[in-house]
Amino acid sequence: MTLRSPLARSRPPADPDADLLARVRAGEERAFVELVARHRGTMLRLARMHVSSSAIAEEVVQDAWVAVLRGLAAFEGRSTFRTWLLQIVLNRARSTGVREHRTIAVGDAGPAVDPTRFDADGAWASPPRPWEDEIGERLDARALASQLRSGLDGLPARQREVVMLRDVDGLSSDEVCAALDITEANQRVLLHRGRSRLRAALEAEVGTP
Amino acid sequence: MTILALRRPYVCREMVELITDYLEGALPRSQRRRFDAHIAGCEHCGEYLRQMRETIRLTGTLTDADLTSAMREEFGELFRQMRDEDARDREA
Repeated sequence: MTLRSPLARSRPPADPDADLLARVRAGEERAFVELVARHRGTMLRLARMHVSSSAIAEEVVQDAWVAVLRGLAAFEGRSTFRTWLLQIVLNRARSTGVREHRTIAVGDAGPAVDPTRFDADGAWASPPRPWEDEIGERLDARALASQLRSGLDGLPARQREVVMLRDVDGLSSDEVCAALDITEANQRVLLHRGRSRLRAALEAEVGTP
Repeated sequence: MTILALRRPYVCREMVELITDYLEGALPRSQRRRFDAHIAGCEHCGEYLRQMRETIRLTGTLTDADLTSAMREEFGELFRQMRDEDARDREA
C-alpha cells in the first residue's frame, strides 16, 4: 500500500474531506485520527444494520479503515471521499453477512399525530401551539438535545437508522436507500414516522405552557 | 363524483401525513398544489410545517460523542503501522 498520491490531482473542490485527505497522504497521523473521528459514527451505524452485534460492527469499521489506508493512493476523487468510504464499509458489512434478513415493517407505527387532536372532519381540534422562533435559543440547548436523543432512542430501529443517517449524518435519500436496500417509498415512510415522533417529543418539551 | 372527491381540499389530518413527501419533493404536482393551497389558508398546518422543519434542523445539530483518547491512540497506532509497512515495501 501507499499513502502518497502520485501527484496532487485536481479534485472537485466540493469534497469537505479534501484538506484532511491531503494531510493524511502527506503522512500526518493527527489528520488521520481526525478523519476517523469525523466518520466513525456513521460507519458504525451503517455496519450495525448488516451484522448481528455492535462488536462485529466495530471490527468491520476497523477493517474498513485498514482498507481505506491501503486504497487511498488509488482513490481518485471521482466521488466524494465519504461516498467511497461508506461503500467500503457496506461491502465489508454485507460480506460479513452474519445478520439474518429482517423483514422491514414500515407501517407499524400509527399516525403522525394523535388522531384525537382532529375533529370528525379531520381539522385540528387541538392545534399545535406555536413554537417561538429558534426554540434552541429559548430553552437550555442541553435539555433539548437530551430530549431529542431520548426521542431517537425510543424510535423503532429502522426509523432511528433512517432519521440518523438522513438528519444527523446528512446522507442523501439515495445513499440511505442503497445502504439499507430499501425503496425510496419505504425510506420516506420510515423517515416520516421517525421525524413525526421526534416533533411530538419536542412538542411535549417545548409546547407545554 | 369521483373526480370531485379527488379534487377536494386536503384536511389537516391528511396534511400531517403528507408533510414528509412534501419536504422530500416527492409529491406529484397536483398534490403539491393542493398541499400548498391548504397551507396558505391554515395557520395551524403552517405552524406544524414550521415545527417539522425545526425538528429536522435541531436533529441535525446532534453530534456523535468524540473519540476517546484510547481510540485516538489506537487509530494513531494503526496509521503508524500502515505507514511503516508502506516504507518497508518501498525499500524492498
